[in-house]
Amino acid sequence: MPPIKRIQGRAVPIRGRDIDTDRIVPARFLKTVTFDRLGEALFYDERYDEKGHPKDHPLNDPRYAGAKILLVEAGFGSGSSREHAPQAIKRAGFAALVGESFAEIFFGNATQIGLVAVTVAPEDLGYLFALVERSPETELVIDLEKMELKAGDRVIPVFLPEAVREAFLEGRYDPLEVLLEAMDRIREMDARRAGPGKPGVY
Amino acid sequence: MGKTLYEKVWEAHAVRELPDGRTQLFIDLHLIHEVTSPQAFAMLKERGLKVAFPHRTFATVDHIVPTDRREEPLADPLAQEMLEALRRNVKEHGITFFDLKSGRQGIVHVIGPELGLTQPGFTIVCGDSHTSTHGAFGAVAFGIGTTQVRDVLATQTVAMQKLKVRRIEVNGRLLPGVTAKDVILHIIRTLGVKGGIGYAYEYAGEVIEQMSMDERMTIANMSIEGGARVGYMNPDETTFAYLKGRPYAPKGEDWERAVAAWKALASDPDAHYDDRVEIQGEAIAPTVTWGVHPGQSAPVDGRVPDPADFPESERAQVEDALRYMKLTPGQKLTDVKVDVAFLGSCTNARLSDLREVAKYLRGKKVAKGVRALVVPGSQLVAEAAEREGIAEVFREAGFEWRAPGCSMCLAMNPDRLVGDELAISASNRNYKGRQGSPTGRTVLASPLTVAASAVAGHIADPREVLGIGGEDATD
Repeated sequence: MPPIKRIQGRAVPIRGRDIDTDRIVPARFLKTVTFDRLGEALFYDERYDEKGHPKDHPLNDPRYAGAKILLVEAGFGSGSSREHAPQAIKRAGFAALVGESFAEIFFGNATQIGLVAVTVAPEDLGYLFALVERSPETELVIDLEKMELKAGDRVIPVFLPEAVREAFLEGRYDPLEVLLEAMDRIREMDARRAGPGKPGVY
Repeated sequence: MGKTLYEKVWEAHAVRELPDGRTQLFIDLHLIHEVTSPQAFAMLKERGLKVAFPHRTFATVDHIVPTDRREEPLADPLAQEMLEALRRNVKEHGITFFDLKSGRQGIVHVIGPELGLTQPGFTIVCGDSHTSTHGAFGAVAFGIGTTQVRDVLATQTVAMQKLKVRRIEVNGRLLPGVTAKDVILHIIRTLGVKGGIGYAYEYAGEVIEQMSMDERMTIANMSIEGGARVGYMNPDETTFAYLKGRPYAPKGEDWERAVAAWKALASDPDAHYDDRVEIQGEAIAPTVTWGVHPGQSAPVDGRVPDPADFPESERAQVEDALRYMKLTPGQKLTDVKVDVAFLGSCTNARLSDLREVAKYLRGKKVAKGVRALVVPGSQLVAEAAEREGIAEVFREAGFEWRAPGCSMCLAMNPDRLVGDELAISASNRNYKGRQGSPTGRTVLASPLTVAASAVAGHIADPREVLGIGGEDATD
């Protein structure tokens, strides 16, 4: 896994509090055995009408094409545990989300696939929305070493649990290799502990 | 100082502390289904890994299965492909699979408990946020993403941050016509849909203690709608009585030892909680949602709220919700017409849900123009309902009696809303587009309220339409 230290790019403003994962990826797009084409499903029902014609949505706005950052409001990613949601965001070309708060499972899923989700203070978020809505061409720079975000003429503090920040900086946000190191101890626990139809300690 | 059940279970399952400060947590039971597992098996293959402990993973198929015609190939080729991918994966790795013809297929959170796979003190995960359901048994159970499904298949562990614990006591008693579903909708409205972020919810108090396991599961199930990834009840005699004799539950001397261990896992009376909330049971009314998240709800005999009554920060969100739901501030909720009544899902499709409704539905008919569906939670539930004559009561009343699956809760199968139809639904999420139509509308309610509304043709108060509470008054 490559370390993630800095993310630079334009940002798309997605307004709305408590945006759930059903809106991020409607359930019908979960009928697949791969994640490959999920980028196209991102916010599908908000971007297209029932005939498939594009609606007025920031993700359909050519001024935001090629953006790397999603700007979102509080409670983003609530609901279903579908990893399809962060996968769709990543596969649509985004590297980071900036918001006020994230639902827990969504945040964990995003982190494990190297999609950075930082929070900022509500007043800073308000500034960022106004800025990128007024000037879509604005380049934002998220610096995980300094834990700050440069936008326009401001430098804004960003927040991330320290453990997650280190995992990004050191390129170990996918924990599988680390988990595998403990297999001996795990085998011992499996033998000792009860399971379905298997006696043992609880 | 004593400990909570959550802390005891956490400590018993900690493999070690990871360099990043999280805990590597051993998982006793892993449940999988067709939607969130195929990519995990593919990742496993890519890394040349095998399923480490196949006897701790159990599979079923629930999200994509049709509830009417189930001959294969299924009408939807994508659904068939997902079913076959799961069959291939479980066969290759030696995982037990409750397939369509097993007689034990059903919604993953219904079959785990009814087969005795779910036990107190277990850590339980599934690539599904409603895994919190299993917490009703005093398990620590939570939903995970697909990359974590891979981690569990490969190592039987996940990397997790320990949560804080909030104790929610529901004291007093529930009034007639008020159910477990109304209790959890009330809790979510009170604490908010983000209120549980960072917490495990411990549900306790007289009302919870009096509840059956099915009712406790309804509450634990919707912890996630309140933002809490984990919700649980301490195990007690009700828990043990439910589990005794289930196929995968301990037997003989092992049973006695298990019960003793389970009792010791319950939270200590002097345990420390990070937060405490008390709710009075008598204050809870039959509740329905009027908005587009599960916290936007009101008593069924109330009115659609006015955005002006909300703090300014919430007003735009409320206005947006009412626009989507096509509701007017001040409108009586019982004046809202329903097109569809859905009784199903991992929240409310267990035998006691159906039994309770059938008690009041006898002799009544679904209103003209309402499409009413009952989708039992599992094949075992369906079988028992047939045996007890419950299925017949529903059919007589004009409900379509279907085969088990997630069905219209999230509409990954052919059961879905059309256009802006409004469904009164015993499921758990009223998000925009949730039930399969991008403009479809969902009103969450208890099974009793769903049945009452199906009969009335509009959102209805079960106490009026089904005559609940009358018995009490004449006592």
